[in-house]
Amino acid sequence: MSVSWKLGGLMLGVVFFAAMLLVKPIGVSTQFVVLDGVIWDAINPQIITEGADGPVSEQSYLNKYAKNIAAPMNYSFVFVLAMMVGAAVSALARGGFGGEGPVPPLWAANFGASSWKRFAGSFLGGVIVLYGARLAGGCTSGHMMSGMSQTAVSGFIFAAGAFLVAVPVAMMMYKQEG
Amino acid sequence: MDLVLAIILGAAFGAVLDLVGATNPSVLGRMLSLKALSLMKAILLAIGIALILTFAGQMAGIVDVGHMSVKASYTGVFIGGMMLGLGWAVSGYCPGTGICALASGRRDALFYVAGGLLGALFYTLTYDQVKATGMLDDILGGKVTIGQIPGASYDALFPSLPGDLIGIGLGVVFILIAFVIPERLDGGQGVAVPAE
Repeated sequence: MSVSWKLGGLMLGVVFFAAMLLVKPIGVSTQFVVLDGVIWDAINPQIITEGADGPVSEQSYLNKYAKNIAAPMNYSFVFVLAMMVGAAVSALARGGFGGEGPVPPLWAANFGASSWKRFAGSFLGGVIVLYGARLAGGCTSGHMMSGMSQTAVSGFIFAAGAFLVAVPVAMMMYKQEG
Repeated sequence: MDLVLAIILGAAFGAVLDLVGATNPSVLGRMLSLKALSLMKAILLAIGIALILTFAGQMAGIVDVGHMSVKASYTGVFIGGMMLGLGWAVSGYCPGTGICALASGRRDALFYVAGGLLGALFYTLTYDQVKATGMLDDILGGKVTIGQIPGASYDALFPSLPGDLIGIGLGVVFILIAFVIPERLDGGQGVAVPAE
């Protein structure tokens, strides 16, 4: 990390609080569904249609987000786009853009330098994470950080499930420190 | 105004995730395999600070209780959490850090985000079947907080407990844990973090 855990934690805490103070708690994973819907609707415009009370979808899950898919430039979607800009500027400013190359050192130490193996692991991880996040109704930001910061019971249930699996799996996978 | 705030808050969040090392899958993997816990300490401190500022702010009348957004508890929260934990350990990314890693030029994160879009699509396509299992039905009262928060529209798991004071107390506990847990469990310095 580029800053100490104390400064990093302080900044992270203040950002979560500022979002709560000024607008609403931070969340990210819903926007994957919104982007899916935007892409799907571009391919097949029948997926989001105009109902009596605004946009609707025959896909029952997309119907929940039909309004946001029809007009994605709203707070939550722009927030995620801005996150990307912030991360890119920060990485460039500290000279860390691109990381250590396509294969992270910890992965390379345990699974070798093959980039395609890493890309496959990364892809598979993404599939599982986002299925799980949508099933849970939120991710590390929305459930764990924002949820626990509000004393939401669901946030604690989510965090328990996530660490219960993540820690033993990571211990098995990453025996070499890299 | 909302969009201006989205840009400022989103950019700040993305920059902090980068600075704290959360977008680095090696840092994440070392944390989850309990080798190096600095990021865990930062996360616990952050939650503690957010808890104290939020609830002290509510008590002082500065923070609008109506800004709260409490998600429902149901069995799928736990199962989905476990799935996220599995993919998190395998990839080293969660949804927010994955997109920030992509933006900071990590090529493997491109595959993560593509996988994430596919995973979210799979959920969309299986939503009716998942719902039919009852996994999405509320448990423990659904959208509840630990204690009863004055002025909030949410019920409490323990209605007799004052929700705002519980929040501040929990914040203190999170901060104490952040300071108490060691940066490394093996007591040593471990291997040097490779220069970036």
